[in-house]
Amino acid sequence: MTDIISTPRAAPYQSDDFAARLRKRYAAERRFKMYGIAAIAIALGMLAVLLASIVSQGYTAFAQHDLSLEIYFDPAEIDPQGTRDEATLSGANYAALARQSLQAAFPEVESRTERRRLNAIVSNGAGFELRQMVMDNPDLIGTRQTVRLALASDYDQLLKGNIDRDVPEANRKVSDQQIQWIDKLVSNGNIVNGWNWRLFMNGDSRDPELAGLKAGIVGSLLTLAVTLGLAIPIGISAAVYLEEFAPKNKLTDLIEVNINNLAAVPSIVFGLLGLAVFLNAFNMPRSAPVVGGIVLALMTLPTIIIASRAALKAVPPSIREAALGVGASPLQVVTHHVLPLAMPGIMTGIIIGMAHALGETAPLLMIGMIAFIVDTPGGFGDAATVLPVQIFMWADSPERGFVERTSAAIMVLLAFLIAMNAIAVVLRKRFERRW
Amino acid sequence: MTAHTQTMAGIAVRPQAGTLTGTVPKMDARGVKVYYGAKQALKGIDLEIPERQVTALIGPSGCGKSTFLRCLNRMNDTIDIARIEGLITLDGQDIYDREIDPVQLRARVGMVFQKPNPFPKSIYDNISYGPRIHGLASRREEMDEIVTKSLQRAGLWNEVKDRLKEPGTGLSGGQQQRLCIARAIAVSPEVILMDEPCSALDPIATAHIEELIDELRENYTIVIVTHNMQQAARVSQRTAFFHLGEMVEVGDTEEIFTTPRDERTQGYITGRYG
Ligand SMILES: Nc1ncnc2c1ncn2[C@@H]1O[C@H](COP(=O)(O)OP(=O)(O)O)[C@@H](O)[C@H]1O
Ligand SMILES: [Mg+2]
Repeated sequence: MTDIISTPRAAPYQSDDFAARLRKRYAAERRFKMYGIAAIAIALGMLAVLLASIVSQGYTAFAQHDLSLEIYFDPAEIDPQGTRDEATLSGANYAALARQSLQAAFPEVESRTERRRLNAIVSNGAGFELRQMVMDNPDLIGTRQTVRLALASDYDQLLKGNIDRDVPEANRKVSDQQIQWIDKLVSNGNIVNGWNWRLFMNGDSRDPELAGLKAGIVGSLLTLAVTLGLAIPIGISAAVYLEEFAPKNKLTDLIEVNINNLAAVPSIVFGLLGLAVFLNAFNMPRSAPVVGGIVLALMTLPTIIIASRAALKAVPPSIREAALGVGASPLQVVTHHVLPLAMPGIMTGIIIGMAHALGETAPLLMIGMIAFIVDTPGGFGDAATVLPVQIFMWADSPERGFVERTSAAIMVLLAFLIAMNAIAVVLRKRFERRW
Repeated sequence: MTAHTQTMAGIAVRPQAGTLTGTVPKMDARGVKVYYGAKQALKGIDLEIPERQVTALIGPSGCGKSTFLRCLNRMNDTIDIARIEGLITLDGQDIYDREIDPVQLRARVGMVFQKPNPFPKSIYDNISYGPRIHGLASRREEMDEIVTKSLQRAGLWNEVKDRLKEPGTGLSGGQQQRLCIARAIAVSPEVILMDEPCSALDPIATAHIEELIDELRENYTIVIVTHNMQQAARVSQRTAFFHLGEMVEVGDTEEIFTTPRDERTQGYITGRYG
């Protein structure tokens, strides 16, 4: 030892050896940097491919072709007695009105089979849409109005180019004759393309052109409200207690281990728990946002607790000592100093948990939230579905119209996630007081 | 907690064995033992802390100075594994008595830590926090006065009077430590404990704090832990030398530094170890 120090070798940092080592070190650093850049590039590339495929498949669903037909609201058909009685109005055959109007546009179509084919151009939902108009405004009866009605999905797809006209007729969903009719309707100005409000204003439907996300969106919001309402207060309280107050002993160690384990439990297990406990034992309603919310809250709790504990742990002990030193009680130390400083980290945990819950499907299937829901749920106990489950169901449907709607629904879900994250980031920033 | 709870009066007027015969110590430790789990950190400390004087605790690292200091305001209560035996009194009253609320006690026995630890709040809020939670000011003007007075006493007023709304963490290290002293003063404690308050500061800031300690002695009883012999000699009237969990020697600072009785004290002071 002393030899090395007392007899320094001649200029050790100028030797060739040293220069070679230095070059190697620089090369290693460059390599490491390149690996990092490559990893990020791959991740971004995959994300871009994913987004591009979803957007390219789905963006067309945000516009939809409608039939613009002049409808005669025939009193003889709607309200023969002229009573304006709701039951009569509601029971009338509105689909016939649409058909009459369409047939008037094609007087040459006479045979029954041809007529049926012509009628297929109008969506099954057209009758309901006409009924809604009349129920909203009975004065329409007896008048002639140009109204927009849903076009059957296949023809919408044809006009969007998703059904290939060059495919032999036998392999095509729409016949040559129907294509002619559509082309004539287009040239007569009977087809209008516009914003697809049905995608947001309707519930689910068997007919792709009518199917919408409203029930799913509202269901998701209700479920998420329950989840956050339960998970945030319980999660933060549990984290604060475990981190700041609980004695460190075998029992709390056991609890800590189990919370960490719970975070790794597959989500479907929470669904089974919900089924066994909330539905079967407590007889809570099936398919209801309240049950879905509780199940998702259980699922997100470990995430929130773990993140919150990490955030609390990261608050320097000197702050706690400072507060105790001026005579703050342990609870005051937590509420006045530790919790505000930990809030940004806790918010991160909540964001992660929330994103997780918003995109979760499996546990909700177990408690019956896979039901076919047409009506928008009005409360926490109503049957409901959620966005990801809606996507799951649409993705399962073979119709071409559902393919683009599935992608569109994914885009809506992503938009929700991004919006919520943005809100959370803004909140985080407001809590963050780094001096 | 206390193994031998005696009557308060009995302790307060007990004739003193040391140099303080006749005067009543502000704080008094009798046979204080502290265990961290199975490890004993203090092996029975007897120490009197006279009122309105500066008592310095010196000794090599790990000998239990901080541990002892933290017993005086029950800061050790917050450490799960810490266990304390013996008797510590404040004005003759057992501070580990069931009747004593540790939170109230810490308002009476304030503390300044090794590393300046202002709250990440404004200078004003740093000072006003203690008085606010203890309800010492009912009106805004009263609070303003407490803040002003505390900063003045801590010798920081002139430097920060125009920036009370700015964060306390934006001050220099020495200013931060004086802010922490002002924060401790603001709740009107009777005793101030300082654990190596200058160890993170440069010499000029240190000189500032030492001057301050000397002034504070008029109104407060101060116990200071320090590694710096000169500092102990400069600021304190009494010095206690700790070694391996024991209190080896206590006496007037002058005596300890000129004619130490124990050779361990002598060794430490002359820099043979520590
Ligand atoms: N929180 C703690 N847990 C366990 N041991 C501790 C703790 N604090 C201090 N000790 C031990 O107690 C002894 C005294 O420490 P301390 O009072 O900090 O010494 P000093 O301040 O004189 O350097 C040391 O051996 C230290 O390791
Ligand atoms: Mg120490």
